[in-house]
This record gives sequence, structure tokens and C-alpha cells, in this order.
Amino acid sequence: MAASPVGMKRFYGLLAAVAVVGIGLLGYQLSKPATVSIPANVQIDVKDTAGFHGYVKGDPNAPVEITEYADYQCPFCQTFATLQMPTIEERLIKPGRLRWRYRDFPLQQHPFSRLAAHSAACADDQGKFWEQHEKLYDGQAEWAAARDAAPLFRQYAQANGLDLSKYDACMSGHVHAGRIQASYEEGVRVGVQSTPTLLIGNRLYQGRLDSDAITRLVDSLAPKTTSAK
Amino acid sequence: MIDRMAAALMSLLGLLVSAYLYLYKIGRIGTLACGSGGCETVQTSVWSRFLGVEVALIGLIGYAVLLAVALVALRTDQVERRPSALLLTALAAGGVLFTAYLTYLELFVIHAICRWCVGSAVIIVTVLVLGLLELRRLRTGPA
Repeated sequence: MAASPVGMKRFYGLLAAVAVVGIGLLGYQLSKPATVSIPANVQIDVKDTAGFHGYVKGDPNAPVEITEYADYQCPFCQTFATLQMPTIEERLIKPGRLRWRYRDFPLQQHPFSRLAAHSAACADDQGKFWEQHEKLYDGQAEWAAARDAAPLFRQYAQANGLDLSKYDACMSGHVHAGRIQASYEEGVRVGVQSTPTLLIGNRLYQGRLDSDAITRLVDSLAPKTTSAK
Repeated sequence: MIDRMAAALMSLLGLLVSAYLYLYKIGRIGTLACGSGGCETVQTSVWSRFLGVEVALIGLIGYAVLLAVALVALRTDQVERRPSALLLTALAAGGVLFTAYLTYLELFVIHAICRWCVGSAVIIVTVLVLGLLELRRLRTGPA
């Protein structure tokens, strides 16, 4: 039974209203600021909770320090590590304006992230943390889809020139499992809920920060000196 | 007639939900981050793609087609015709099967539930029920 023209008109009006409201809500979500920061739980002293202070690169006297909480199996951490970090390194870390501290925050839903963090920790024992770190992120798509990621991590260790007998002993002995858990727990206490999260000053920044935004933040925290050296 | 109207309305809601999920997936909404929330877990898992295509995009296209079919089925020359109702029901049935597969993945493989995906599941099942009611109406004749 066909509806009356008036009934159809009302129906199309309702459909249009729902479409307008829905598109409006989507537009509102799209227009929200890309990056939000929330205050970190500053009562917790980042340096004292775990005994291990994270993996650090950059000048110890750099005026600004950023702590990154990340998960090796998180696709957004991978994008950040491979697309944003090279620029941050060239622009801020190498000139001595920024010190970078990397801390593990392995999320439960990623089955290999703790293993990857452990692989990087074992590489750290041999002074090759950042090399292994880079290979882990570069190869994420490969190992995240694997049935067992450990052999691939071992291949990365070999390619980085690690002593494999020491590496194997470290991995099978779960030598750094406690360090990784402590790092995670510290992240939780500070207020980290997702990865990547950056702790800059006393504020947490979740996701979507790019090298330009980080440069602006560093500029605001420690303006460049204009005097020639 | 009312079934077809409701099917069109539900398809539009499904289109909006999948648009939200797709915009989230490509990082235009929310934060580009992995978290412990159900939707973040589901959307950042390897299962968020099907045959290389984002599942949310498949949903977006599927609901757009469903809405188009539902609107055509509302035309006065189609209202009492069976083929348009049959096509609507068949598309919804396909959507329900795909949703069942995704829900299985959420429950037994990813071990996380995204409430927006649940919303989409409710919508597609409702469209299927409406399609079946419409087919029954046409078989038994107008009330």
C-alpha cells in the first residue's frame, strides 16, 4: 500500500533531518583539535618508579626531554617511529635541543609487543638498542602477521651484529621482563592509556603529534637562542 | 511501505556509523593511537582489513548501496513490486553474514568488542528483518 504524498514528504524530511544531524556530528568530530594534552599524574616521579630510566638518546644537557610510551606492535607507534622520528632526530635531537626517552608500554591486545620490547632490551645489553628498535618498527608488518615473531627478531639481532649466543640467553632467560613490566606500570601510574603517548613537561600528549607539532612545543618550552655561537 | 521506510532509515544510520568508523580508522577522528578500548583494539588489529580493504570502508559502501536500493524501493512504481524487496533482503542477508563473521572475530580471535560495530550489527539485522517482513507482506497480499 503506497503512502500518501504528504506521508512520503514527511518521511523524506525525516531522512534528510537524520542525514543533516549525522553529517553535523561527523563534521564536529572532524573539526575537534587534532591533539589534546592532559596533565600527567605528576606526583609520580618518572625517574624513580622503575629503577630503569628508559632508553635515552640525545644530549644529557638538552633543555627539553620527551618521554615516549610506545608499543612495538601498535601501528601508530610504527608510523610515528618511521615517519616522524627521523625528522625529530635531525631537527631537535642532534642539535642538542631535545633528549628522547623511550619507555615500553606493551598493550595486552598485541601478542608480540612484549617479546619485541624484550628483544630490544636484550640488544641494549650489547649497546644496540636503537638499531634493534629501528628494525623492529621497520619490520612490524612482517612479524605482526607471523605465527611466531621470535625467529624474525633473532634475524634482526643477527643483522645488527649482536652476539647471538648472548642474545639467545637473554631472551630465553626473560632477563628484562621485570623492566618491561615496571615501565608499563609506571606508564599507567603517570596516566598513559594508549600508545604512542608523549610526556612533555608535565603533560601527556596522546597520538597524532607530528614532527612539526613537536618542534613547536620544543620551541615554546626552550626558545632557540638567536645569538651566534 | 512502512517496512521499506524503516529499512531506508536504518540504512542511513548504518551509513553514518560506518562513516564514523572509517574516519576513525584513517585517523581523521579521534587520536591516532592504540589503546585498551574495544574499538581501538578492533580497529588496530590485522582483522580490521578484509582482502586488503578496510572493513569500515566495506561497511560504508555496503550501507550506501543498501540505502540507494531502499530509496528506489520506495518509489511509487516499486512499492508493490517484489524484486526491489528481494534485492534489499538479499543485500541485508549478505551484510548479516559478513557481520556474523566479524562478530566471531571480535569475540573469539581479537577478544574485544567495539560498541560501534555492535550498533552496525543491530542495524543490519533490523534491515534484514524488515526486508523479510516486506517479502511476507507481498506474498500474502496488501493488508
